[in-house]
Amino acid sequence: MNIVVCVKQVPATQKVEVDPVTGVLKRDGIETKMNPYDLYAMETALQIRKKTGAKIHVITMGPPAAKAVLQEAFALGADEGWLLTDRKFAGADVLATSYTIASGIRQIDHVDLILCGKQTTDGDTAQVGPEMAEVLGIPHISWVTELIDADDQALIVKQDLNEVEAVARIPYPCLITVEKGIFQPNLPSYKRAKEAADNPIHTLSAAQCRTLDPSRIGLSGSPTQVERIFTPTHDVKTMRLDGPEAESAAKLVAILKEDKMWEEENA
Amino acid sequence: DAPQPQIDKSQWHDILVYVEHSDGRIHPVTLELIGKAHELARVIGQQVNCLMIGDHIEQAADSLLDYGVANVYLYEDARLQYFRADNYTEVFEDCIQRSHPAVVLVGATVSGRSLAPRTAARFRTGLTADCTVLEMRENTDLVQIRPAFGGNIMAQILNTNHRPQFATVRYKVMDPAVKQARIGKVVSCPIDPAKLDSRIEWLKIENKEQEVSISDAEVLVAVGRGVKDEKTLALIETLAQKLHAQMACSRPVVESGRYDVRRQIGLSGRTVKPKLILTFGISGAIQFTAGMKGAEKIIAVNTDPQAPIFDLAHVAVIGDAGQIAENMLKEMEGETVCSAN
Ligand SMILES: Cc1cc2nc3c(=O)[nH]c(=O)nc-3n(C[C@H](O)[C@H](O)[C@H](O)COP(=O)(O)OP(=O)(O)OC[C@H]3O[C@@H](n4cnc5c(N)ncnc54)[C@H](O)[C@@H]3O)c2cc1C
Ligand SMILES: Cc1cc2nc3c(=O)[nH]c(=O)nc-3n(C[C@H](O)[C@H](O)[C@H](O)COP(=O)(O)OP(=O)(O)OC[C@H]3O[C@@H](n4cnc5c(N)ncnc54)[C@H](O)[C@@H]3O)c2cc1C
Repeated sequence: MNIVVCVKQVPATQKVEVDPVTGVLKRDGIETKMNPYDLYAMETALQIRKKTGAKIHVITMGPPAAKAVLQEAFALGADEGWLLTDRKFAGADVLATSYTIASGIRQIDHVDLILCGKQTTDGDTAQVGPEMAEVLGIPHISWVTELIDADDQALIVKQDLNEVEAVARIPYPCLITVEKGIFQPNLPSYKRAKEAADNPIHTLSAAQCRTLDPSRIGLSGSPTQVERIFTPTHDVKTMRLDGPEAESAAKLVAILKEDKMWEEENA
Repeated sequence: DAPQPQIDKSQWHDILVYVEHSDGRIHPVTLELIGKAHELARVIGQQVNCLMIGDHIEQAADSLLDYGVANVYLYEDARLQYFRADNYTEVFEDCIQRSHPAVVLVGATVSGRSLAPRTAARFRTGLTADCTVLEMRENTDLVQIRPAFGGNIMAQILNTNHRPQFATVRYKVMDPAVKQARIGKVVSCPIDPAKLDSRIEWLKIENKEQEVSISDAEVLVAVGRGVKDEKTLALIETLAQKLHAQMACSRPVVESGRYDVRRQIGLSGRTVKPKLILTFGISGAIQFTAGMKGAEKIIAVNTDPQAPIFDLAHVAVIGDAGQIAENMLKEMEGETVCSAN
């Protein structure tokens, strides 16, 4: 059995700045790390490997330096790495990203299960998993809160749907994205990292993905355009209410109403 | 690169709102989307339609006509009773093929954020996540603004050469629709039954036990040592119920045995990031604030004008916890309290 875990390299901090002149994100010199939500996907893979003996592949799309995130995954226990890197992939939105990673996954033989994190801490859309499942034509369940069982045929998982909790059986091949808290992730181990020094990493360019249609990747394959990026204006000015309690209470209710935190019943 | 062929935008019209519901109980985000959709549709002189998928939900579908919706496209089948990403996407595709919307709005709920990307990918079009601002241009291009990097950055996103334009929007971001004259109809849509088979099999569906999970709560009411008696606590708990808030607390409240440790905020408790937190009688020690300073809005009530919690608060209320809670409840019940006694 083969599991593919999708991991993304993200800036180590969310406090990024926008260059006021060019309007682009200042990414230079910012430290990177594995998207924290992907640690849970990695841990889920390790738990399933315990039960099924599956092999764990990790895949990432990014610049050549994103190789580091595959090595991080090795230090957590992954077996084999796939690095999708090509200038032509740059500027991809979710649709082009999902298409590209799906094309990379197609290079791996007999994939049964694909695991993604809930979302990333940079782009923050939580859309790549479901879009990839659609590209690959396989079923998916998002934001799985609990892995109840796994064998070589299917997963049994729990999902929290607003008013109800649902337990579902989803047969392979399939994709799930996992909530944080599905498992407590282990820390990367130096020993494992050393042992994994020879784990294979396959580098894939656009041309090396056999099925890839070059019109569907990168900036030109992306329907969405980021027209402008800016920093939100926070006004953390404190409003002080120090009059009589009845007056302050009335003001508070008005504020809650304005913030849509409270509506008059039967209105 | 060869220039991309331009799409014919006139072939795509009206705004389609996906109706989020649970067995016919419509999630309030739906009304907010309809409200926003009307605003956007007005700019281009078009109408608002809805898509509702489920089983035995005709009455609920009909109720949407009270909000000026032109067509509620209704798909009913036993296999559609609960959300499954694969067969719901088939239905969504069918509805889009039938109605050719310029814009599709979906609530950023668990199922919405699973269904919208899958459907957008099927049409090879763009989807903007978690929009906080939506504006319509006269050429039917939708201007979408959304936070990324955990809210540190805002991005303005367009999808100028693809239709439909998909956006998800969180609950409590837009203003809800108001009731208006009924002009529309419910359109029962047939679909090839073979499309409704799903690879996903529900083994068990259960109503969620209202488990205490202050970490995920959107609204929290937190009490501290300054809430000294049961009567005050009862008032504050009633207030929390009205706000659909979870109760939380500082450490001394756990130590006194009043609340379970799962409700404790702070370094040795949980980290929370609600849209709103209201604190009563909490001083704002660093070990407490470490767990809640990410809240979008902080309202603090404390008798001490120097309480450190006020350094963080957006609204600082200097006053007695019990008095404030009692007067808020009166205010919410619509009584005039200004000149009582
Ligand atoms: C400010 C800003 C706003 C943006 N808004 C949008 C938008 O609204 N719509 C849109 O289409 N694009 C948007 N983008 C582009 C989008 O962030 C990128 O396409 C990105 O490559 C994928 O999206 P994500 O980071 O949101 O991933 P998510 O969908 O949040 O990631 C979910 C999971 O998918 C997997 N995954 C994601 N990326 C990779 C990768 N590169 N390699 C391996 N696995 C991966 C991981 O398992 C991850 O946990 C935005 C970009 C920026 C900078
Ligand atoms: C290692 C360590 C870890 C800790 N972890 C946590 C943690 O996870 N969470 C946590 O909460 N604490 C934690 N603490 C304890 C923390 O330092 C504070 O002691 C605690 O947060 C104080 O709780 P409090 O604000 O409810 O009480 P107090 O500090 O006693 O504050 C009570 C407040 O109520 C006000 N008040 C009094 N009467 C009224 C009234 N009638 N109406 C309105 N206001 C009134 C007072 O002015 C005062 O500001 C930790 C401490 C240590 C050393």
